Amino acid sequence: MKFSEQWLREWVNPDISSHELSEQLSMAGLEVDAVEPVADEFHTVVVGEVIECGPHPDADKLQITKVDVGDGEPVDIVCGASNCRLGIKVAVAKVGAVLPGDFKIKKAKLRGQPSNGMLCSFKELGLIDEHDGIIELPADAPVGEDYRKYLQLDDNSIDIDLTPNRGDCLSIRGIAREVGVLNRLDVKVPESNKVAAGIEDTLSISLSAAEQCPRYLGRVIKGVDLTRPTPVWMTEKLRRSGIRSIDPVVDVTNYVLLELGHPMHAFDLDSLEGNIDVRLAKRKEQLTLLDEQLVELDEDTLVISDEKKALAMAGVYGGKNSGVTESSKNIFLESAFFAPDAILGKARRYGLHTDASHRYERGVDPQLQHTAMERATELLLAICGGKAGPVTEAVAEAFLPKRDGITLRASRLAKVLGVSIANDNVTEILERLGFDVSFDGEQWQVGIPSYRFDLSIEEDLIEEVARVYGYNSIQAAPPAAQLRMTERKESQLSTHQLVDAMVSRGYQEAITYSFVDPKHQALMFDETAALTLPHPISVDMSSMRVSLWPGLVGAVAHNQKRQQSVLAFVETGLRFIPDESAENGVRQEAVISGIRSGKAHSEHWSEGDRGVDFYDVKGDVEALLAQTGNIAAFRFVASQNPALHPGQSAAIYCGSEKVGDIGALHPKFDKALGLNQRTFVFELSLSAVTQRPLPLAKPVSRYPSIRRDLALVVDKHVAAGELIAAMENVGVKQLVDLNLFDVYVGEGVPEGKQSLALSVTLQDSDKTLEEADVTELMTKFIETLKSEFNATLRD
Amino acid sequence: MQLEQIVEQAESAIAAADSPTALDEVRVEYMGKKGQLTELLKGLGKLDPSERREAGQKINEAKQQVQTSINARKELLKAAELAQKLEAERIDVTLPGRHSAVGGVHPVTQTIRRIEQFFGDLGFSVKEGPEVEDGFHNFDALNIPANHPARADHDTFYFTPSTMLRTQTSGVQIRTMENEKPPLRIISPGRVYRNDYDQTHTPMFHQVEGLMVDTDVSFTQLKGILEDFLNHFFEESLTVRFRPSYFPFTEPSAEVDVMGKDGKWLEVLGCGMVHPNVLKAVGIDSEKYTGFAFGMGVERLTMLRYGVNDLRAFFENDLRFLKQFN
Repeated sequence: MKFSEQWLREWVNPDISSHELSEQLSMAGLEVDAVEPVADEFHTVVVGEVIECGPHPDADKLQITKVDVGDGEPVDIVCGASNCRLGIKVAVAKVGAVLPGDFKIKKAKLRGQPSNGMLCSFKELGLIDEHDGIIELPADAPVGEDYRKYLQLDDNSIDIDLTPNRGDCLSIRGIAREVGVLNRLDVKVPESNKVAAGIEDTLSISLSAAEQCPRYLGRVIKGVDLTRPTPVWMTEKLRRSGIRSIDPVVDVTNYVLLELGHPMHAFDLDSLEGNIDVRLAKRKEQLTLLDEQLVELDEDTLVISDEKKALAMAGVYGGKNSGVTESSKNIFLESAFFAPDAILGKARRYGLHTDASHRYERGVDPQLQHTAMERATELLLAICGGKAGPVTEAVAEAFLPKRDGITLRASRLAKVLGVSIANDNVTEILERLGFDVSFDGEQWQVGIPSYRFDLSIEEDLIEEVARVYGYNSIQAAPPAAQLRMTERKESQLSTHQLVDAMVSRGYQEAITYSFVDPKHQALMFDETAALTLPHPISVDMSSMRVSLWPGLVGAVAHNQKRQQSVLAFVETGLRFIPDESAENGVRQEAVISGIRSGKAHSEHWSEGDRGVDFYDVKGDVEALLAQTGNIAAFRFVASQNPALHPGQSAAIYCGSEKVGDIGALHPKFDKALGLNQRTFVFELSLSAVTQRPLPLAKPVSRYPSIRRDLALVVDKHVAAGELIAAMENVGVKQLVDLNLFDVYVGEGVPEGKQSLALSVTLQDSDKTLEEADVTELMTKFIETLKSEFNATLRD
Repeated sequence: MQLEQIVEQAESAIAAADSPTALDEVRVEYMGKKGQLTELLKGLGKLDPSERREAGQKINEAKQQVQTSINARKELLKAAELAQKLEAERIDVTLPGRHSAVGGVHPVTQTIRRIEQFFGDLGFSVKEGPEVEDGFHNFDALNIPANHPARADHDTFYFTPSTMLRTQTSGVQIRTMENEKPPLRIISPGRVYRNDYDQTHTPMFHQVEGLMVDTDVSFTQLKGILEDFLNHFFEESLTVRFRPSYFPFTEPSAEVDVMGKDGKWLEVLGCGMVHPNVLKAVGIDSEKYTGFAFGMGVERLTMLRYGVNDLRAFFENDLRFLKQFN
């Protein structure tokens, strides 16, 4: 809510600076966003009157004028504005004036004609206004008076960002009330008189939806002249509060809205057919709104209607057909209380947000309708003339909000705040807030005013006391609690440890968006339907990731475009797999994923320069699996994965459960994904790698270990991993290490075969192994390899 | 030949020997089985017994002297040989070392880890939860009923009217309170989502929310723990203010500002005493227990801490940006 500081000070005027005032408001919970002067710096600008005006002899668009500026001798000024004409009052920058932007006014000649000053536009004076041309002042503006003084321009626009609970502060009246409380000052309510009826005309009002609209006041006003200008004092207040002047009726209703926080609405009386009813919309009922938009109303939408049609969406927006125009002569003025629940969410649903709906949603004072009606009538008649009929009121008392009293216990106050505030002090704060207070020594009984919709429980009052007392006056103290140790499961690895393991291998942790480009995701995961955001930021951020790969590929592509040649990223986070049987229809699985692309390492004088390959990444994954202390439980099995190279991809198993994937990204996607280097990825289910079994110690053997090497020739398609697994499964308990140290294909090995060299380390826990023992054990291995893999020993 | 002459010759031959082999030849020449000094010893028998003893002594002394010289020369030659070998092994120690590259954690993670540590030291445990949430955990249980204006402030990404990307990690607090009973001390870091994108907003960002529920938790303590945290996080004594604010799930509520180096207040977190309705929604007796809750924007804290100007940089994953934090 934006408002003029001067306007506020008409209501309550504490002896503090603008800066102090804004600090005070912020610290009371009315956060001041901005304090801006209502006009830029300028001087020597006065009110003038154009007393001669004629065309410039040598320029079509210029006029030569004589302007009375109150100095006796009129001043010659050449003006280019189209609205410059004889008799109008203007803002004149005299010779010597300095305008915003350090623009100095000097004596000049324009196309040969003397010009000793300038007639100013709003823009030239740094005033926010949408009017073109030079400023036109009211006929009664005193010639010669300083323009700043005349408009009281030494004022600030204060913009406060109100929280949704403080609807009561969406007006000068509400803010003044707060300022009064904070400064212990009374608030001066401007005098307003009840307007006596000058005519008998009325419309009858019925409340078909009394629960939604418990009070509705209407008044007929006839014979108004809406061509008359709104007085400058009002347009200035509106302007400084961020509202543009439109016509006297709109200006007056806006003025009352700002002053009292009460939305008003005016209908063109001559467009109404019969009496007024406040009801819910009928099925498929239509209404053309003031902005020409035709909407079909839902049946829970409250409307103001006459006997034939809906006229307006109650508390939200007026209808075009019943709207007041410049030619309207007779109007029907509304001042109503709509229940917040009836208005909440409605404006949003129709894509609207108005000053009225903003206030009704948060709660308008249900006792304010008469005051607002009289205030608006008085102002309107003063500007536009006309005669008002009597006020008609329809009210359903039963549905008006009841404010139950709240009990505030001194003990609870002390418990929640942790400080004790003197009882007298609390009583005073509550009373200053306008509450009806009684104290019995232990608790306060507090009656809540009609305008406070945010106070219903004890804690609400505790906050009121605390914020007026001052949050900064409440001391800070460390929490006291029982010393209880937190669970630290040794068998549970943290995500941080896993990320650190990858970081130590050169990976940079990335954080990518959880929503990705559906086009990219569909390339890699064509079989998985992803969860889609109906209203994304943009289409390329609309698909929830089913893997971290699309995001990581994006990170790699981004960096490859920026000449980065060694890329390794790791990311942890959730992937989202639609699944009807899961909570909220989606499995949210925590995974750790990595990507490498380009070179294996930065070029080095001794290490050479090579591209990253599958085994680099597999080594990284093995290092990750080793964190679990149970790497033997994991297996890599060649697999087919649509995202990956058919000959370079593996599924990772833990026992019989698939826990991850690894492989080269399928090169056919490179171009579409913006990659220019071979790229390798992996993804592991976090739950599979965050468990670390507790070690169970065994005695270390005191006997020597013996190494034997085996050179085997097997078919080229034999998977080394299966061969090693088979050897481990032979069941030789003396086997302590098995290492494949060479793979050879070429001379000396038959076509279609490969030679694998393994070292076998044997050790017994109870004795020194003799040659005969070793030979026997090795024979077991060899027999198994022969029978399962048709292996032969290489000579 | 006279003994003295032999010794003299031997000494010069030793000095001239320039390799262990040459030196060994000298040793054989004089000390070997047929060496000159050995021969002299053999000739002792021919001497008169009365001279034998003295002559033998002299020869032995001469032998000892020659042996000592040979030993000394041997050491010298060995040292020279080693020195030569080492010289041959000289390398350029200024060439770059063979590095196994080390990466780094993301600055946002770095901040989360620091926050976890500060609160972990005080007995807060870390809780995580789902990011696709339901209306109950994201709004209803947090005292934000449907159509509440506070919902509009959230710019929620909805999937359906009842499921959405979480707008805050407070849902984790609800899930924790549903399953555990006070005393509670938890923090929940994680991703949250709002439909907003410009220089100061990204549609995804990170929050850490904290919750403490116990029999005597007060606003005073909330102030205490957060001031403590901010001073430790920024490692300086900051001017901090608590400003009344509004969150449906806390009452009283506050926003916390710190004074920046330019003298302007910067909002860094929101907090308050847990609203009794929230405690009631999870079956905790709000008369017996009170609690405080706070929420902080991780990116905001990271930007202030490390001088990052553009929020969007956190999610571009540009190596040149990320490496600055390694």
